[in-house]
Amino acid sequence: MSSTTEIAALANQEYKYGFYTDIEVDAVPPGLNEDVIRTISAKKGEPEFMLEWRLKAYRHWLTMKEPTWANVRYPPIDYQKVVYYSSPKTAKNGPKSLDEVDPKLLETYEKLGIPLREQQKLAGVAVDAVFDSVSVATTFRGRLKELGIIFCSFSEAVQEHPELVEKYLGSVVPYTDNFFATLNSAVFSDGSFCYVPKGVRCPMELSTYFRINAKDTGQFERTLIIAEEGSYVSYLEGCTAPIRDSNQLHAAVVELVALDNAQIKYSTVQNWYPGDKEGRGGIYNFVTKRGKCQGVNSKISWTQLETGSAITWKYPSCLLMGDNSVGEFYSVAVTNNRQQADTGTKMIHIGKNTKSTIVSKGISAGHGQNTYRGMVKILKGAEGARNFSQCDSLLIGDQCGAHTFPYLEVRNSTAQVEHEATTSKIGEDQIFYCKQRGMTAEDAVSMIVNGFCKEVFRELPMEFAVEAQKLLGISLEGSVG
Amino acid sequence: MLKIINLQAKVGEKEILKGIDLEVKAGEVHAIMGPNGSGKSTLAQVLAGREIYEVTGGQVLFEGRDLLEMAPEERAVEGVFLAFQYPVEIPGVSNPYFLRAALNSVRKHRGLPEVDAFDFTELAKQKMKLLEMDEALMKRNVNAGFSGGEKKRNEILQLALLEPKLAVLDETDSGLDIDALKAVSRGVNALRSPERAFLVVTHYQRLLNHIVPDFVHVMANGRIVRSGDKSLALELEQKGYAEMDELAVSELVR
Repeated sequence: MSSTTEIAALANQEYKYGFYTDIEVDAVPPGLNEDVIRTISAKKGEPEFMLEWRLKAYRHWLTMKEPTWANVRYPPIDYQKVVYYSSPKTAKNGPKSLDEVDPKLLETYEKLGIPLREQQKLAGVAVDAVFDSVSVATTFRGRLKELGIIFCSFSEAVQEHPELVEKYLGSVVPYTDNFFATLNSAVFSDGSFCYVPKGVRCPMELSTYFRINAKDTGQFERTLIIAEEGSYVSYLEGCTAPIRDSNQLHAAVVELVALDNAQIKYSTVQNWYPGDKEGRGGIYNFVTKRGKCQGVNSKISWTQLETGSAITWKYPSCLLMGDNSVGEFYSVAVTNNRQQADTGTKMIHIGKNTKSTIVSKGISAGHGQNTYRGMVKILKGAEGARNFSQCDSLLIGDQCGAHTFPYLEVRNSTAQVEHEATTSKIGEDQIFYCKQRGMTAEDAVSMIVNGFCKEVFRELPMEFAVEAQKLLGISLEGSVG
Repeated sequence: MLKIINLQAKVGEKEILKGIDLEVKAGEVHAIMGPNGSGKSTLAQVLAGREIYEVTGGQVLFEGRDLLEMAPEERAVEGVFLAFQYPVEIPGVSNPYFLRAALNSVRKHRGLPEVDAFDFTELAKQKMKLLEMDEALMKRNVNAGFSGGEKKRNEILQLALLEPKLAVLDETDSGLDIDALKAVSRGVNALRSPERAFLVVTHYQRLLNHIVPDFVHVMANGRIVRSGDKSLALELEQKGYAEMDELAVSELVR
């Protein structure tokens, strides 16, 4: 089946059965046990190795405890009440119409200029499948295929490229890694898969937006990107509009593998529903993201703008194994109202002359709590390793908090490690100064905040950076005056 | 253009302005002099709409409109400009970006098209030449790490860019060496026009050698105690403020 007809078939299927399929999916009852995992695997028609892997993960998960070290607070999660296999945007769980959606959210859509149909989709209102992107997806896929680039859903990859999945799945984030990653390994429903062959430079920014079934990947998403020798790929994750989702718990895993001289650039704009002003609702975003610079001279950079979710627990990391490999982490994390974020990175220097750069910008407003937690580890063999870290915090108002926990572990005396940190506050005098020059308080905050973030935004692909600025302004609305 | 009638203001429980009356017409330059604590900077801040000061009485009309009813940013776009005594540092925001944002706020209000970065650079270069400003200041963040003189020049640069109707200069001469003082004065003088009024708040007479006022007012203890022409400033320099304080006291007693 060619990819064109395949997408068309998928699209038709959704269109025809959209509503009923959801009900069928809901037949998997809440709770987790081996039967549920077998059901998930069977529904997806997975090969044996996948089921085995899921079961191993599940058995291991049973022996684990939920981590408590993060600087976030939330009521205990009952994992037996979670539905582990269901489309997150079902007609049953979701609002029936836009009238049932938080009006604040709709206001935001208006400001971002999102058309009504798109709004309904984002808000999770049950509508007939939206096909607008089908043709786009098809065109792009065709072009990528000519270059030998595989870009598809994880489920498709399991069916069509099982040898690649078997080789790389869990090779960066093993199923034993941590509580949430292990849970994901057992129950993940779908995600993205990307393979760039040797020497190929992917000619466009790859984005989940261009993948037709991206909207069903929801709760336990799994992404795997492999860049072969000398290849390059830039991947965009997320959407600049806040997605309302009835699932509170999100535990995604992203694995990146860069071989000799390969480069992966991974950009995220995360704007999940943060809950209302009092902190009701909102997504718990517990994500494990890790890249392995396996080959010499390889490079992985993470750039993230985190403005959404009630709780963010996320540490995109790099394992710098290949000699001369480079890891980068550029982050802006915003917490407003009652949001909490505990985010940062881990840079593990293993190979010789490995380099890492960390630039983290935390912005706290309202009652938001923002924590940077980062680890730089230089192993014995990492001769000549270098790291530069910069962690800046910006406070807006006096009810919010910023916290920084840098961990350093250096076992090679030739290593150079630098760490800089600053905390500043947007002052009443700064706002007044801007007002006296004709700007509104909101313009002033947005200007100061964007200035604060520009080192990170520079790293985002151009059109993304513009939207990121806009989004930042919206996220901080009402935080002054 | 500006009419201040019996203006009273306090900060916290402390009364600072105790009834100011002043009329400024277009094209005029008024100097406000007075010792520290006389309320002259407060007057400047109240006109700009600083929130920490509470207006307790009186009226301020700007082109016939109630200025005190307007938000600070509204006053700014309507043409009231305050050159700050202590210009504020904004780290992370580039100076040209800030200046252009300010210019475009004002232009938008006046129904003019926004200026793009290229045209702005040209415009700023011209104005900077006039003020003998180092172009390197356009590569830095707003006032961040500027010397006292650089900050004051940056204020006058904004004045030149924004072309307000009423410019209030709050102790613009403080902390300036003679060269900077001359450059700043030259900048201000170049902006004098029949459509524009200046309110120059200063402690010292020396600024008024360079920016020659049409009227001089002396403030003491929250009131204007004397008004006159530029000769009043010279008289003041000879006699000092002490005598003026006595005047203020005698006025209070009366």
